[in-house]
Amino acid sequence: MTKEKLVVIGNGMAGCRAVEEILKRDPERYEIAIFGAEPRVNYNRIMLSPVLAGEKTFDDIVINDEAWYRDNGITLHAGRWVTGVDLEARKVIAEGGLEVAYDKLILATGSDPFRLPLPGADLSGVVTFRDLDDVDAMIAASAKPGARAVVIGGGLLGLEAAYGLARRGMAATVVHLMDVLMERQLDESAGYLLREALLERGVETVLGAHSEAIVGEDGQVTGLKLKDGRTLPCDILVMAVGIRPNAALAKASGLQVNRGVIVDDAMRTSDPAVFSVGECVEHRGNCYGLVAPIWDMCRALAEELTDGEGAYQGSVLSTRLKVSGVDVFSAGKFAGGEGCEDIVFRDAARGVYKRVVIEDGRVAGAVLFGDAADGGWYFDLMKAGTDVAEIRDTIIFGQAITEGLSGLDPSAAVAAMPDTQEICGCNGVCKGAITSAITAQGLTTLDDVRAVTKASASCGSCTPLVEQVIRATLGDGFKAQTGPKPMCKCTSHPHGAVREAILAQDLKSMPAVMQAMEWTTPDGCASCRPALNYYLLCAWPGEYVDDSQSRFINERVHANIQKDGTYSVVPRMWGGMTTPDELRAIADVADKYAIPAVKVTGGQRIDLLGVQKDDLPAVWADLNAAGMVSGHAYAKGLRTVKTCVGSEWCRFGTQDSTGLGIKLEKFMWGSWAPAKVKLAVSGCPRNCAESTCKDIGVICVDSGYEIHVGGAAGLHIQGTQLLTKVATEEEAIQLISAVMQMYREGGWYLERIYKWMARIGLETIHAATVEDLDNRAALFARFVKSQETAQVDPWAERASKGVEAGEFKPMATLPMGMAAE
Amino acid sequence: MTIQTFDIDPAWHDVGAVTDIPERGSRRVATAQGDVAVFRTGDGRVFALVDRCPHKHGPLSQGIVHGHGVTCPLHSWVIDLATGHPTGADAGKGCTPVVPVRVQDGRVLLAQPVVAD
Repeated sequence: MTKEKLVVIGNGMAGCRAVEEILKRDPERYEIAIFGAEPRVNYNRIMLSPVLAGEKTFDDIVINDEAWYRDNGITLHAGRWVTGVDLEARKVIAEGGLEVAYDKLILATGSDPFRLPLPGADLSGVVTFRDLDDVDAMIAASAKPGARAVVIGGGLLGLEAAYGLARRGMAATVVHLMDVLMERQLDESAGYLLREALLERGVETVLGAHSEAIVGEDGQVTGLKLKDGRTLPCDILVMAVGIRPNAALAKASGLQVNRGVIVDDAMRTSDPAVFSVGECVEHRGNCYGLVAPIWDMCRALAEELTDGEGAYQGSVLSTRLKVSGVDVFSAGKFAGGEGCEDIVFRDAARGVYKRVVIEDGRVAGAVLFGDAADGGWYFDLMKAGTDVAEIRDTIIFGQAITEGLSGLDPSAAVAAMPDTQEICGCNGVCKGAITSAITAQGLTTLDDVRAVTKASASCGSCTPLVEQVIRATLGDGFKAQTGPKPMCKCTSHPHGAVREAILAQDLKSMPAVMQAMEWTTPDGCASCRPALNYYLLCAWPGEYVDDSQSRFINERVHANIQKDGTYSVVPRMWGGMTTPDELRAIADVADKYAIPAVKVTGGQRIDLLGVQKDDLPAVWADLNAAGMVSGHAYAKGLRTVKTCVGSEWCRFGTQDSTGLGIKLEKFMWGSWAPAKVKLAVSGCPRNCAESTCKDIGVICVDSGYEIHVGGAAGLHIQGTQLLTKVATEEEAIQLISAVMQMYREGGWYLERIYKWMARIGLETIHAATVEDLDNRAALFARFVKSQETAQVDPWAERASKGVEAGEFKPMATLPMGMAAE
Repeated sequence: MTIQTFDIDPAWHDVGAVTDIPERGSRRVATAQGDVAVFRTGDGRVFALVDRCPHKHGPLSQGIVHGHGVTCPLHSWVIDLATGHPTGADAGKGCTPVVPVRVQDGRVLLAQPVVAD
């Protein structure tokens, strides 16, 4: 009996795996021929990264050598392009007129790397990362001393390419359109850690970067120009921005093709004799670019072709990154979604971040960084749809701990632990050491145990376990942790500890703080994010870039939101002074933009109420044109300096209070603070500027200036306390700035000066700013430094420079919809 | 608290690129029915809600986006972006209509709410 003729187009991972699976089931059934476009045997394409990195050779990644084809009687047409398929006659036509008849045909033509249509994309030295020829080109480029590489694409492939090039000694830079690396697999936290890990390995990343053109000389690439004007020089440019199914042959042959070759669950195309597997197919609307689904498809196809019934149901995906020493795993809905809950674990000391997403009591996804050993376990739980309610408490600690405790409630499990069981990995503390310390020294709190045994004193990840040991030892005698309140539900650390850590550990970004301080949420909440943004801004002036999405709306759009969603605008009037020109400009703006209400504020300024958000930039432009800048009436920062008319006009005035107010305001405007700050200067003790209910107030007297702090006339009515008296205006300005800086550095977010003062005591402020003159000078110097970058009028930036233009107009306007009946 | 329902135009409208929305932020889309707030979360997902808090109609597009929630700028209710329901202490007190949205090839496609007479 003659065998059926099976022809496979594609000698890659899918084509050969399909053949392997068929041979495994029925080695005698088919006479097999394979066409391959590359002039080489079947190799493991996903291992090209280690080949590029020099960690493996080509021979290491060959899956099936020539002997395999020979032993299985397979005819290999390597390096021979197939030009067409005649579905009617059931034959494959290749280059040179070769025709091969088939009974069954498998299309495994894989995918093509996507090339960005940038100017200069055809220059020599611009490559993709798809086959061994690409790898050879990259290796050749790395031979030049000091050679530089740019990789477009911060996905899996791009990062592996960049890492490989860096391993080859090149300076490699990854350019990525999105703000997170591997954003389809990783959340922001893991993306941040990955970026740091790559930097350690010599790979730089430029995020949020739009490529404009590839530039070159004499036909050879020399750099990549970005839309922001930068040009990144390079000797080789790798495009790794994605792949698309290679379905051209199928389409030309008349098979049904959408994004890929359309197949049913048996991997059958629109022609009953033609099947397709791998990256070229589209199954139930999905195209896959990872290896696991290909294996699933090949198994289903082999069943179908060997008397079984192929039933491919689609695949759930997981990813690992092949960069040596960087452990990354991601699967499923790693980012959560509707009805999902997150369990987040961070271990700052080890650089570990884990996030398991639970939906309906089952694992729906996971992302692991730094310790991905349990990735397979989470993936199995996810695929099997296992109910994890029972192990929810410990699931984040991984398989070993969870199964170690299974069936026991956590406290019983802890009680059952042997004394030799290690509890704290950082400090090598066993359970026995903790229990005996508790008993011998009468410890009752976590802090006591920490101090005596060092358990949970380092990274803190074992804190819950240590608490359980204490509870199991003492029963009701255990005193739960008391102390300063945590910043918010995302962390166990209070504001003060976070501020200290930012400075002590050189933390310069929000993900860095969240990792170091073991945040339990992926990206914080509406209460910690604005606080962190301020703390970072205060700690690293001129360096940290303000994150407007972590600011309340008033500060984000530099106007106050009102109850109806309109805004109010308050231009600055230095020390409460204005001019007829300014008043005319304000009146004109009110007319021009039909602003419904104009009101004098308590801080001696004019409030324009009811401005439409879309009008804000134009309103500001007009006010700017009249010489006015933002009054920061919305700011957690310096707002107004209220004054009386002082010695200039008043018969009781002892000093030029208006002049001092103007000097203070011109010197201090723009400074951000934990909460709003209002100043006032009164020319005599009659106190017409109401200095004694301001955050900082000055009362001018014959012999100089009394400096008052800690007043409020808001939720609480609070009179100021006298800090000290100084003789000159210069000294007053220096002292007030020093107090402001001390508050900026020590206050908790949203904590007004009077609350800050109640917390630390007037004596402390006195000691630091009045008694210790060196410290006052140092505080003043830091304030001055911070002001260097703070005094930027946000209105001008938005009115004339187009900063955040998108904020002020809709992204689109939809046409009137049809009215429903 | 009245819960208003919306009819949805079955057609999908391209309202812009995903990258037009700031990460952990929002943009407004003007429609005949009033503004729709389109959100982009830190993990890159896109959601859309009628731009109105169920509490006192605060514009949710102006709030702070965190996780898959937005905190209303007026009185700090936290609204679940996926369901439009308030969370935490305000759970169960009304909801904001969800507007169907999807992302295709980096573009944001929105189903338009239509005026229901």
